[in-house]
Amino acid sequence: MADTKTGIGASVRRKEDLRFITGKGNYTDDINLKHQTYAYFLRSPHAHATIKSINSGKAMKMPGVVAIYVGEDLVNDKIGGLICGWGITSKNGEGMKAGPHPVLAVGKVRYVGDHVAMIVAETREQAYAAAGAVVVSYGVLPHVVDAAKAMTSKVQIHEAASDNRVFNWGLGNEESTAAAFKNAAHVTKLDIINNRVAPNAMEPRAAIGSYDTGSDIHTLYTTSQNPHLARLVISAFNGLTAEHKLRVIAPDVGGGFGSKIFIYAEEVACAWASKKIGGRPVKWTADRSEAFLSDAHGRDHVTKAELAVDANGKITGLRVHTIAAMGAYLSTFASAVPTYLYGTLLSGQYNIPNVYAEVDAVYTNTAPVDAYRGAGRPEATFVVERLVETAARELKIDPAEFRRQNFITSFPHQTPVIMCYDTGDYAAALDKALEMSDYKNFASRRAASAKNGKLRGVGFSAYIEACGIAPSAAVGSLGAGVGLWESAEVRVNPIGTVEVLTGSHSHGQGHETTFAQQVSDRLGIDIDSVSIVHGDTDKVQMGMGTYGSRSGAVGQHAISKALDKIEAKAKRVAAAVMEAAVADVEFKNGTFTVKGTDKKLTFGEVALNAYTGHKFNTSEIEIGLKETAFHDPANFVFPAGVHICEVEVDMDTGHTTIADYTAVDDFGNLINPMIVEGQVQGGVAQGIGQALLEGVVYDDESGQLLTGSYMDYNMPRAGNMPHIGNFRLGFTCTPCPTNPLGMKGCGEAGAIAAPPAVINAITDAIGVREISMPATPLTVWSAMQPLKMAAE
Amino acid sequence: MSIVKMKLNGKVVSGEVEARHLLVEFIREHQGLTGTHVGCDTSQCGTCVVHINGKAIKSCTVLAVACEGSDVTTVEGLARGSDLHVMQAAFKEHHGLQCGFCTPGMIMSAIDIVKRNGKNVSEDVIRRELSGNICRCTGYHNIVKAVQAGAAAM
Repeated sequence: MADTKTGIGASVRRKEDLRFITGKGNYTDDINLKHQTYAYFLRSPHAHATIKSINSGKAMKMPGVVAIYVGEDLVNDKIGGLICGWGITSKNGEGMKAGPHPVLAVGKVRYVGDHVAMIVAETREQAYAAAGAVVVSYGVLPHVVDAAKAMTSKVQIHEAASDNRVFNWGLGNEESTAAAFKNAAHVTKLDIINNRVAPNAMEPRAAIGSYDTGSDIHTLYTTSQNPHLARLVISAFNGLTAEHKLRVIAPDVGGGFGSKIFIYAEEVACAWASKKIGGRPVKWTADRSEAFLSDAHGRDHVTKAELAVDANGKITGLRVHTIAAMGAYLSTFASAVPTYLYGTLLSGQYNIPNVYAEVDAVYTNTAPVDAYRGAGRPEATFVVERLVETAARELKIDPAEFRRQNFITSFPHQTPVIMCYDTGDYAAALDKALEMSDYKNFASRRAASAKNGKLRGVGFSAYIEACGIAPSAAVGSLGAGVGLWESAEVRVNPIGTVEVLTGSHSHGQGHETTFAQQVSDRLGIDIDSVSIVHGDTDKVQMGMGTYGSRSGAVGQHAISKALDKIEAKAKRVAAAVMEAAVADVEFKNGTFTVKGTDKKLTFGEVALNAYTGHKFNTSEIEIGLKETAFHDPANFVFPAGVHICEVEVDMDTGHTTIADYTAVDDFGNLINPMIVEGQVQGGVAQGIGQALLEGVVYDDESGQLLTGSYMDYNMPRAGNMPHIGNFRLGFTCTPCPTNPLGMKGCGEAGAIAAPPAVINAITDAIGVREISMPATPLTVWSAMQPLKMAAE
Repeated sequence: MSIVKMKLNGKVVSGEVEARHLLVEFIREHQGLTGTHVGCDTSQCGTCVVHINGKAIKSCTVLAVACEGSDVTTVEGLARGSDLHVMQAAFKEHHGLQCGFCTPGMIMSAIDIVKRNGKNVSEDVIRRELSGNICRCTGYHNIVKAVQAGAAAM
């Protein structure tokens, strides 16, 4: 380790913080370009309707209006629709039944909030006012918003899918799983709804399209987690322009949680419209209401789940049938979420010989559903951990011990659902969590709560996730339209400072710090001599962006590879300068030495020599010190852990308090424990939010979004979280064998682990088998009434 | 349109606004101070909190013209040169921010909480008083720690 205060493993305070705490962040809406115009999107007030006509004549005459565009204008300009980048093959061999996804609606709207027209004006207020004067005649159609009803509804949302079913997908061995259930000593069955949630990054989406008439180059500033992917899709599929004529900049981005992975209509429309109006920039910023209407939502699964257990308490089979809502259109990665990110994790941490998953993905007249923090893995974990906890209670086995006796204990472990877990020690995490949570004294805490009129319960969640989706050839064979590698360029300046250009994108994760720690540690230079550059396709060579907790395992691995090349090149330069053989040059703590001599050069001296070229033969060694690497991982990485939640339920009101929360996670080696802990805390908060507070509700009858603002959608507040002294984090470590830093991913663990831990605790507290999320006071109170009546 | 004049971060500024313009629009768009953010349209999220005459106010709920003659401080007005306000320093030290979007509003609210409740403000009071500031990244754990530390230093 080069410097224990700033190297790998140190809780270095974040380099990026200064600009954020002083108000100098640079988010998309903070950017204002000369002569910019403002866009407003007129949205559908109906869940499902034909568009008979759009009359914008009066609106065009309103003050400040520059242009008004409708779907046909983009079609006439050969701008293609939005795409779904992952093809899923149904059990019967058919491909996805995907309907068109135009940038602005053509002929039909399919959800409340669907894009009908784009108004461009001199000011935001003028664009908004003119939108009110656009006259749209709709032919209102019946709609379906409930995933469970979509396949049997008479409503048809897309011509391509007569029963609204996009695909019927299966994974695992159906026959052997059926046999396991036939031979089971005990079967636990649950009906599970994984509630639809809205991602709610605090920065609303925004985009500025700017076309330069002189160079024929489009620049798009946007709130993206993956600017290069945005450039690829907008160029290759939407057909705006060739890739080299489109620059995408994602500056500071205020949170994503998956919702800013996807390519959205507004981004394409702003980039396109700027050219249409002669090059003036076109700026759009969502308000929160638009975010609720049009950001891709998460979850929304309706599942029948079963667990088979033999007479010895060994799990022998797990079977699910899931209906997964896709919303009105297939968003960028929507199809991958309830399939390869869900079915593949249904073995959990357990040695289950037979697993079978069948998934029907359905269109509904709602906002699209796509990846949200965890993406498929929270849904899988919720199914597995609700089943396992319920089975343990039914079998009257301690839930911790039931888990322990079914844990996978030898690695690598091939599950029946594709994944090969590389390493782990699940019992170690369980033991640590039991100790940290003082599980053995739970009964006395329960008694103490009862004295205060509170019902106390405890719930477990032993989760596993798969991060760093890879290798590219494998995901390609499963239907991915892209490779899932990452790239890095390490650029050493002549004075020995370093810039790292990474395809990963930081929108809260702290890459400017953790990536700099890695470089500082490796090259033995001061952390302040390293800067991290990301988020601009003109600066960064290539990239796949940040999602699925991939930036450490994949992005930093690419940096490691580039640093290997830097070290190799620098050694050649150092050898030449010190007149030694390359094999005799050693590099340690930022200094090059020659074995058996006292010759030495600092990293900075070698860098300067690499650029002056005075002391080596430049026909043998190229001038300069700059290397690029692409990295394609050999396997997924598999973070896992055990979370234990204790709740107190108020008997009179049904209000649930998180009384205590313990999270023990195995993320392999940690670069910056402070940042990792922050990721877990934030993820757990989102999981608690889903379990207790949050739920997107569409009205069955009207198809309207009922939870369209923070007045109606209950976001977790500071008061909803456990107290500082009641929220404990611990770590175990089995280093990942497939990357040089031994890292796994930490970004999603909390959101994956928390919901079943909380729900298991509530069901334990009030003594019911099932309770739906969000477990609001009304839901919990209602669930308690039959028990109360029975007791009275 | 009317001219509004106020003290903003210690300097007297004025600008022409429509009667309907919000203070946050005046701050962000007229004055170019983009540290104050807009995260919702219902005065819930708290990313726009500033101090008006020393009190924390959501600048999305105040009309710019109503601030005529007021003394307004935004997050940009807290540090003295390179010397951070102790609350700013506490947020960095305790990792009380991730994406940074809610942070200016959090810091402005936190300072106000301490001014009204004193250095020894309790965790419960901090959590209750922060109900008007939403953070999606941190789970509030480190924000509460930062506010406690900032309070002690104020």
